[in-house]
Amino acid sequence: MEPITGKHARPLSPNIQIYRPQLTSVLSIANRLTGVFLSICAMVLVAWLVAAAAGPESYSAFQGLTGSWAGQILLLGGTFAFFLHLCGGIRHLLWDTVHGFELRQIYTSGWIVVAASVVLTLAAWIAGLTMAGPS
Amino acid sequence: MPKANSIIIKSSDEVPSATLLKRFPIPKNFGVAPGSRIERGRTWPAPEGASRIKTFEIYRYDPDSGDNPRLDTFTVDLDDCGPMVLDALIWIKNNIDSTLTFRRSCREGICGSCAMNIDGTNWLACIRFIEETDAPARIYPLANMAVIKDLVADLTHAFSQYEMIEPWLQSKTPAPDRERLQAPEDRDKLNGYYECILCFCCTSGCPSHWWNGDRFLGPAALLQAWRWLTDSRDEATGERLDKLEDPFRLYRCHTILNCTRTCPKGLNPGKAIAEIKKMIIERRS
Repeated sequence: MEPITGKHARPLSPNIQIYRPQLTSVLSIANRLTGVFLSICAMVLVAWLVAAAAGPESYSAFQGLTGSWAGQILLLGGTFAFFLHLCGGIRHLLWDTVHGFELRQIYTSGWIVVAASVVLTLAAWIAGLTMAGPS
Repeated sequence: MPKANSIIIKSSDEVPSATLLKRFPIPKNFGVAPGSRIERGRTWPAPEGASRIKTFEIYRYDPDSGDNPRLDTFTVDLDDCGPMVLDALIWIKNNIDSTLTFRRSCREGICGSCAMNIDGTNWLACIRFIEETDAPARIYPLANMAVIKDLVADLTHAFSQYEMIEPWLQSKTPAPDRERLQAPEDRDKLNGYYECILCFCCTSGCPSHWWNGDRFLGPAALLQAWRWLTDSRDEATGERLDKLEDPFRLYRCHTILNCTRTCPKGLNPGKAIAEIKKMIIERRS
């Protein structure tokens, strides 16, 4: 993308280095990143099942990891990533039917995705913690 | 032009009221070829005796020097200068550095010549008020373009992509003796698409085009493609869709919608591309 003309290669003007982050681009990259993160989470889920199948000792060792502070923060992040990716996916489905393309709608649906992901994450954790009971 | 007073942007001419980050938190030279790295430039002396001043940081590149691009700092006397960013550039060219190079023509937002990156988003310099810009205002050429000189971007590739969608009426039926008639409701379908001035603000602001610009046509060309697909007088719809149905040419659009956010004419390239995708699906059934 740097055509040679005359004696010099023309420089490429900066792109992501200068372009202002906007809700449009930030939610797009967030959808990508949460997708990658959720793939890793899926592997953790498989590891959890393997640990359960391997017997009580490996299972309790795994539970010890997920019950630790770091494990809980990762689980919280995974839950948020799940809901952000889910809500973002629904937004994309709506766009695929050529709806919601006015700028006002793009920004409204974007902020709804962010707010819904936070609310659903909190709801899932409150439900999980209250139903789990004392461990 | 209004400053956004909420987090919901309603039209593309709104500048954000507040931004957490003015640029993505990545290193300045992230993925930048050595010859494209921007060096610290010169700070030009401020005008003497000016009471209202404004500072501009402007991307400079001189192809004859062999040096890297640099960022120069200019100070403009606002009492001696028109209200628009383009006025400031002309003021600098007249009063400080006559070698400052940029395209401009109509100074009223219809020719698309002065498209450039102002404070991190693409817009026309002639229809952006100086008072809406940051302090200092940051002026770069259109993002992700080969630079000919200073703020003049090489649009050869963008226009080749425009040419690729064959932006002219194609018809198999014999030419009528008079103009080709169109019902008013069919004519209305062109509204929001025919107004494109080919400034390439959208294509230059599209991250998908940054990474795959060699094969992805970009929002400007695709909006034009839809303008001809939806024209009731055009009879090459099938062939046009055949050419577009490609993993890169069309489907590298991931509906990021930076295009719709940045269009200085308030058009909707993102919607046009979604219409093309829908039309391709519908012709299969």
